[in-house]
Amino acid sequence: MLAPFLRENTSSQRSECRKFVQVYKGNEGWESMINILPQVLVDGLTLGFMYAVVALGYTMVYGILEIINFAHGDIFMVGAFIGTEVLLISDALGALEGMNPFVALFITLIIAMVLTGALGVGIERIAYRPLRGAPRLVPLISAIGVSFLLQDLVRFTEALARNEFYLNSPALFTGSIPLGSIATIPTKGLIVIVIAIIMMIALTLFVNKTKWGIAMRAVAQDQSTASLMTINVNKVIMLTFLIGSSLGGATGVLFAQNYGTIDPYIGFILGLKAFTAAVLGGIGNLRGAMIGGVLLGLLESLSGAFMGPLTNGAFGAEYKDVFAFSILILVLLFKPEGLFGEAVKEKV
Amino acid sequence: MKKRSYVGVLSAVLAASMALTGCAGNSSGGSNASGGQSQPAPGNSGGGTTEGGLIKIATQSPLSGSNSAIGDAIKTGAGYALEKRKEEFKALGFDLQLFPQDDQGDPKIGVSNAEMLISDPDVYGVVGHYNTGVAIPSSVKYDEGKLVMVSPANTGVKLTEEGKKTVHRICARDDAQGPKAALYAKTTLGVKTAYIIHDKTAYGQGLSDQVKMQFEKDGVQILGFEGITQGEKDYSAVLNQVTVKNPDIIFFGGLYPEGGILIKQAREKGFKGYFMGGDGLDSSDMIKIAGNAVEGVVFTSVAGDVTQTEEGKKWAEEYKKATNKPLETYSVYGFDSMNVILNGVLEAAKANGGKKPTREQVLDAVHKTKDFQGQFTKVTFDEKGDNTNADVFIYKFAKDKSIFVGKAE
Repeated sequence: MLAPFLRENTSSQRSECRKFVQVYKGNEGWESMINILPQVLVDGLTLGFMYAVVALGYTMVYGILEIINFAHGDIFMVGAFIGTEVLLISDALGALEGMNPFVALFITLIIAMVLTGALGVGIERIAYRPLRGAPRLVPLISAIGVSFLLQDLVRFTEALARNEFYLNSPALFTGSIPLGSIATIPTKGLIVIVIAIIMMIALTLFVNKTKWGIAMRAVAQDQSTASLMTINVNKVIMLTFLIGSSLGGATGVLFAQNYGTIDPYIGFILGLKAFTAAVLGGIGNLRGAMIGGVLLGLLESLSGAFMGPLTNGAFGAEYKDVFAFSILILVLLFKPEGLFGEAVKEKV
Repeated sequence: MKKRSYVGVLSAVLAASMALTGCAGNSSGGSNASGGQSQPAPGNSGGGTTEGGLIKIATQSPLSGSNSAIGDAIKTGAGYALEKRKEEFKALGFDLQLFPQDDQGDPKIGVSNAEMLISDPDVYGVVGHYNTGVAIPSSVKYDEGKLVMVSPANTGVKLTEEGKKTVHRICARDDAQGPKAALYAKTTLGVKTAYIIHDKTAYGQGLSDQVKMQFEKDGVQILGFEGITQGEKDYSAVLNQVTVKNPDIIFFGGLYPEGGILIKQAREKGFKGYFMGGDGLDSSDMIKIAGNAVEGVVFTSVAGDVTQTEEGKKWAEEYKKATNKPLETYSVYGFDSMNVILNGVLEAAKANGGKKPTREQVLDAVHKTKDFQGQFTKVTFDEKGDNTNADVFIYKFAKDKSIFVGKAE
C-alpha cells in the first residue's frame, strides 16, 4: 500500500506518506491496546482480589484496636509457606497423586487458616495486649518488630529444613479457560477470585448477622461501653485477630498457587499494597477494603500495560507503582477519609 | 549492635597495624610485621626454616537468599580447590583455611563483609562475587586493604573499567557476552524483532544495554525495553505488553529467580517466541522455578561446560564425590579462581624467601598471572584485570537440565 507513495519524490507526497505511516502506526497502537484490555482487566482483578482479602485483615484490626498491624503481611507470608509445605510434604508422600485438586486445595486452606489464625492470636497476646494502654506508636513499633521476626524465623527454619528458602509450590491447577478470543483466564486465577469472594461474603455475613459480629462492631465503636454491656472485650479482640489472620493465611496459599514461587519477603510488598488498599477504601471499613483492593490491583495492572504506549515509552511498566500510588495520594488529598470511610466523629 | 562494635574494634586494630607498618610494607623482613597479630601455625614453633602461618582465603557469594544456589556452588568450588592444595601448603609451613562469607546478594552486606576481611591480616585473597552490583562497592574496600579479588562470575563492564588494581575476573565481560548473545539470536535463531526486559540492577541493565546496542546495529527491531522489580512475583503488567507486540524473542537481563517466573508467566499468556538471557539464568534452579516452561530457553554464559572433555568429566565426578553437591557451571570457575589466588600466594611466598608474604606482594603476583591453565579456563590478566582468554558459551534448557550448545563466536 505504501509503494505508490514511496516511488514519487515530491515533497508534499512524501509528507503525506509520513502522515499516513504515523496514522497507521497510531491506529495499530490503539487497536492492540484495546485488544489486550480484557486480559489486563483479568490480571488486575486477580491481583486486586488478593489485595482485597489481605486488606480485610488490616482494616479489621484497625477498626477494633486503632492500631496498624504491620505484621499482617508476614502472617500472609507464613500462610503461603504453610500451604506450600503441606502440598510439598503430601506430594513427597504421594498423597497428592490422584487426589481431586479441589479437595487438596481445601485441606491445604483449612490447615493454613487454622495455623495462621493461631499465630495471629498468639501475636496479639504476646506483642499487642501488654501494650494496650501504651501510646499508639508503641504497638506500631512492636508490629514492625514482629514482622521482621516472622521473616527471619521462616527464613531460618526453611534454610534448616530444606537448605533453601524460596519454595516452588506444586501446581494443583494448570489449565486455563478462554474467554472467547479476547482473553484467557488461568484456572488458578479464577480460583483466587472465587475463593476471595466467598471469604469476603462469609466475613460480611458474620459481622452483620451473628452475635459475635455484633459484639465486634460494638467493641469497634466503644470498648469500655461494650465491656459494660457484658461483652468480653479480650475475647472479641482475639476473635478479630483469629479471623483476620486466617483470611491472610488463606490468601497466602492462593498466592503461592497463583504465582508458584514464594520467599520470606513476599509479605512486605504485598502487605504494603494491601494496607494502601485499606486506606484507599477507608480504613476500618470492610466494604471499603474490598473495593480499595480491587481498585488498586486494576490500577496497577492498567498502568503497567498502558503507560508505556501512552507516554511513547517515556514511562515504562516499571513505574506502575508510582502511578498507582500517585492516584492514592490524590484520593487522600481530596477525600482524606478514603473512598468509603466516614469522617471520624468524636466519640461521645 | 554486637556485630557492629566487633567490626569497629577490628577496623581500629587494622588502622593501628596499618599505621605501624605503612612504611615497612616493602622493605625486607617487613612481611611479618604487616600481620601484627598473625598467629604462628600450630606445631611450627621451633623451626627456623620457614616462618609459616595461617593463610585465609575468603569467598564472598550469596549463601542465602534467592541466588544461593550459585553462591554456594562458587563457595564449594573454591573450597574444593583449597582442600586439594592444603598438603602442598602445609609442606611449606602454611596453614590454609577457607573463610566463606555470605554477601546475600546485597551491596550493603558485601561491603561490611569486605571491611571485616581487610581488617583480618590473615586474609590474603577473595574469590567473589556473584553479583556485579555487590562487587563494585566491595572492591572499593578491597582496594583500600590491597586485598586481591578474583571473580569467577562478575560480568559487569564497569567493574574492571574503574581501574582498581585489586579487581580481577576470569570470566568474560558483558560487552563480550551481550553482543555475542545478540549475534547468536540474529544469525542462528533468525529473530527480527525483540523485546528486552531487565531487572534494573547493575548486571541486568548493563547486559541488556549491550544486547540492545548490538541488535540496533544488526537491524533487529527493538519493540520494548522495560525494567521489572526484583522480588515481585506478578509480571503480568509487562508481559501483557509483550503479547501485544508479539516479538520473536524476549531477551531478559537478570537472574534466574525472576527469569524463571517471567518465562513461566509468558508461556501461560501464550507467548510462543524464544526466551533468552545471560549467565544470570545459568542455574539448575531455573528448572525448579519455571517448570515445563523452561524448555527451549536459551542463554549465554561466561562459564563453559567442564564435562565437555574427558578430563573435565573426571574432574566433575571427583568434585561431586568429594563435595556431595551438584555440579553447577560456576563450580569450576570458583575452583579456578581459588587456584589463581593460591598460585599468587605461592609465587609471593617464594619471592619472599619462603616467608609469609604481604597482601601487596600477593596482589602483584596474582595481577601478573600469565598463561595459567586452570581446570577449565586459561587465565592471563590484562592491565585492567580481565582475562584475555575468556569465552562466551551458548546453552539451551531441556526439560530437566541445560545442554551445552557451543562457543559463541
